[in-house]
Amino acid sequence: MVVYELSDADVDRIFQALADATRRDIIKQAMLREQSVSELARRYAMSFAAVQKHVAVLERASLVIKERRGREQVVHPNPEALRRAARLLDAYEDVWRGRADRIGEILSGP
Amino acid sequence: MTVVSSNKDLENLTLTFVTEFDATVERVWQVWEDPRQLERWWGPPTYPATFERYEFVPGGSCRYYMTGPDGETPRGWWTITDVQAPHRLEFQDGFAGEDGEPSGFLGTSTCVVTLEETGGGTRMTLVSTFESLDQMEEMLKMGMEEGMGQALGQIDGILAGQGVR
Repeated sequence: MVVYELSDADVDRIFQALADATRRDIIKQAMLREQSVSELARRYAMSFAAVQKHVAVLERASLVIKERRGREQVVHPNPEALRRAARLLDAYEDVWRGRADRIGEILSGP
Repeated sequence: MTVVSSNKDLENLTLTFVTEFDATVERVWQVWEDPRQLERWWGPPTYPATFERYEFVPGGSCRYYMTGPDGETPRGWWTITDVQAPHRLEFQDGFAGEDGEPSGFLGTSTCVVTLEETGGGTRMTLVSTFESLDQMEEMLKMGMEEGMGQALGQIDGILAGQGVR
């Protein structure tokens, strides 16, 4: 089993990053497909600089990765975070398989 | 019990889990409605759940704890947001503090349960949505004795017909 060690500071950064609706939407957009900061900026009623700041907060929380590609800054989701999401959802599937098995046993009982 | 499908939405941290039971919708509803039956399956045998308060009505509050193998008792709460017997149940689930009251720790997950009649049985669709990866990670710890391997082994055991009660 892979254990993810997060310090309190890591957790604070993640929560701070996720506490804002625009930042949550940026993650969502970046997960659908990678896109440049300018593309993202066009989606929101705020300045390019403001969007850039939001991206920086997400980057510090390791939720997205920003790369310079030529003149563009491209934002894509952190693959590690996605892998972690996949692993945790798999584990919940197992939890529910266990619960469904136990429900089945209760239903077939006397 | 047959697992019909399981779908994971990584972007929205949502698990959709569909199973079928060889029992009527009314009978399957009881395993949710009756806290004593719920306690028999919510947690694994090594980590049983005890519901101290169970208000099975819209807006109802529930308080529970789980008893781990070392005697630790992590606490949680549900707020029931919709009850349409015997077909639909929706509730929010989160961590509680030592006093049993919601602590706000790691946010809230939402669970929607739908029961439908199939030919002679019941299809149960469960949609579980989380707020964050950390919440998922922490909630998993309640009910997993020694991490994932243990739970997986236990499930394998049940599937192989060696389930321990």
